[in-house]
Amino acid sequence: MAEKNTKGAISIKNVTKIYDPEGVNVMAVDDCSLEIKSGEVCMIVGPSGCGKTTLLNAIAGFHSITEGEIYLDNEILCGPNKPLADQGSDRIVVFQHGALFPWKTLQENVAYGPIVQKVLPKNEALDKAGGLLEEAGIGDMMKKYPGEVSSGMARRAEIVRALINNPKVLLLDEPYRAMDALTKSIMHESLLEVYDKTNVTIFFITHDLEEAIFLGDKVVVMTTRPAKTKLILDVDIPRPRNYQVLSSEKFRVLVNEAKDAVHEEAIKAFEAGERELA
Amino acid sequence: MIAKSEPSNSQIVLYKIGKALKTPTPYLTIFGVSLWLGAYYLFCEGWRLPLFNKLPGPYEVIVEWLNPDPDWGISLYSPEYHDHIYYSCRRILIAFAIATGIGVPLGLFMGWSKKFRDYSFPILETLRPIPILAWVPLAILMFSGLETPVIFLATLASLFVTTLNTLLGVNSIDESYFRAAKCLGASNTDVFLHVVVPGALPFIFTGLEISVGVAWFSLVAAEMVSGEFGLGYMINDSYMNITYVSMVIAMLTLGFFGWITSAFVRWVGNRMMQWRVKALALEGR
Repeated sequence: MAEKNTKGAISIKNVTKIYDPEGVNVMAVDDCSLEIKSGEVCMIVGPSGCGKTTLLNAIAGFHSITEGEIYLDNEILCGPNKPLADQGSDRIVVFQHGALFPWKTLQENVAYGPIVQKVLPKNEALDKAGGLLEEAGIGDMMKKYPGEVSSGMARRAEIVRALINNPKVLLLDEPYRAMDALTKSIMHESLLEVYDKTNVTIFFITHDLEEAIFLGDKVVVMTTRPAKTKLILDVDIPRPRNYQVLSSEKFRVLVNEAKDAVHEEAIKAFEAGERELA
Repeated sequence: MIAKSEPSNSQIVLYKIGKALKTPTPYLTIFGVSLWLGAYYLFCEGWRLPLFNKLPGPYEVIVEWLNPDPDWGISLYSPEYHDHIYYSCRRILIAFAIATGIGVPLGLFMGWSKKFRDYSFPILETLRPIPILAWVPLAILMFSGLETPVIFLATLASLFVTTLNTLLGVNSIDESYFRAAKCLGASNTDVFLHVVVPGALPFIFTGLEISVGVAWFSLVAAEMVSGEFGLGYMINDSYMNITYVSMVIAMLTLGFFGWITSAFVRWVGNRMMQWRVKALALEGR
C-alpha cells in the first residue's frame, strides 16, 4: 500500500440513464460528463435522490447505463455495446449502510478479497488483514463480529477491506451519512490519512457540502433529477489536511462559492417532491 | 491496565445462574406453572367442574406416571411406554432429517436462482396449503407397511415449512452483501457459500424450529390414523380403551419431547450463529 497510485482515471462521457419502472420512463442521469484524474478525490454533491448513486452504480457495474460511455484508465467499462460494466476488485464500493458480512469477524472480512481471488493463501491473507487492521488502529477489534463494534469502527474496517485489494478506485456512497458529527469528523481524518498513504482515486457521494470541500480535490455539484453536472469546483487546499482547514478563509470562500448552487438544487428537488431512486 | 485471567467455565455458569436468579424470569416461570397446575387441580379434583369430570386430575396422573405397578397399564416404568416414545422420536428424527436435507437446499436454490424459483414456486404453493390429514389416504395408497406412510406424512409437513422459510431467508439478505462480495472478486459459488448460506441461516433456523414442531403435529395425526406404536397411537388407543390417565400421560410426554426437540434446534442454531448471538446480546436480548 506504500506505492503511489498512478491508476484509476475515470472518464464519464455523455452518460444517460433512464429507468422504466411500470412503463413510465424516469430519467435519472441526463447527458452527464465528468473527468476524474488518477489519484484524485472527486466529491459528488447533490440533493437526495438526484441520481448520484446511479452514476456510482454504473461505474461499479451494479446497474446498466442507457447511453454514453464510462472509461477506466482509457479502457471501456460500459458503453453502447456493453451497457453493464463487469464488477471487479479494481473498483470497490463502500456502502451507505455498511456491508461488512455480519457472519465474519472483522479480520475475516478484510481477508475475504485476497482469499476468494486466490491471490494469497488463507493464513497469509488473515495475517495481512490483521496487520492492516492494526495499522488502522482497530487491531484489538479484529476477532469481533461487525455487530459487536461501533458503526465508525465497522466503516473503517470496511475501508480496510477495500484497500487490501489495491483497488484503482474507491467508490463511497454516503458512507458517513448516518453518523453523528463527532464520529464523522474522526472518520474524515482517518479517510484523509488513508488517502495520503495510498493516493487511491476516490469517488465519494455526499449531500454535505462542507464534507465535500474538506475531503475533495474536486467537488462536483449535481443538478436535481435528471442529474447532470451543475458546477465543478477545484479545491486547491494543500494536503495533508487537518481540521484547521475548516476554519480557514479559503475553506469559507469555497463553501460560499458552491452554497448557492447546492441550495438552488435542493429547493428544486424538494419542490419536485419525487421519491428518491435507489 | 490490570491483567485479568479468563473466567473458567464453571465460574461463567455460576455467574449466569446468579444473574438469572436476580431477574424475574425464574420466579415468573415457577409462578406460571404453579398457577396452571393449581387451576387444573381445582377444576378436576377440587371443584369437580362438569366440563372436567371425565378427565383425570394432575394428582391422579402424577401418581400413575410414577407408579411402578400402574393401575391403567402405562407409567414411567412400563416398557410399552418406552417403546411408544422410542418409535415417535425415531420417526421424528428420520422425518426431520429428510425434510431438512431436502428443504434447506431446495429453499436456498429457489431463493438464489430466479429461474429455479419460477419453475418450482407454483408447485410448492399449491401443495403447501393441503392439510396433512388430506394426505393420509394417499400416503397409505402409495406406501406399504405402517412405518413409511407415517414418516412420509411427518416429512411432508416439515418440508414445506423448511423450504419456505429458507427461501424467505435468502430473499431477506440485503442486496449490498451480494454486491460487496462481487466487488471483492467472489465467484458465483463463493457468493452462494459465503453470502446466501450464512445470510439465510437465521431464517433457516427459525424455520427448523417451526418445522420440528409441525413434524410432531403431523406425526401424531398420522399415528392416530395408522400406526402400531408411538405417542399419537398411545393417545388414541388410551381413548378407545377408556384409560384416560394414560392418554394425559401421553399428551404431556408429547409436549415435553416437542419442547426438547425445538430447544435442541435452537441450541444448534445459536452454536452456528455466534455472530448473531453476540450482536443480539449487546442489544440486551
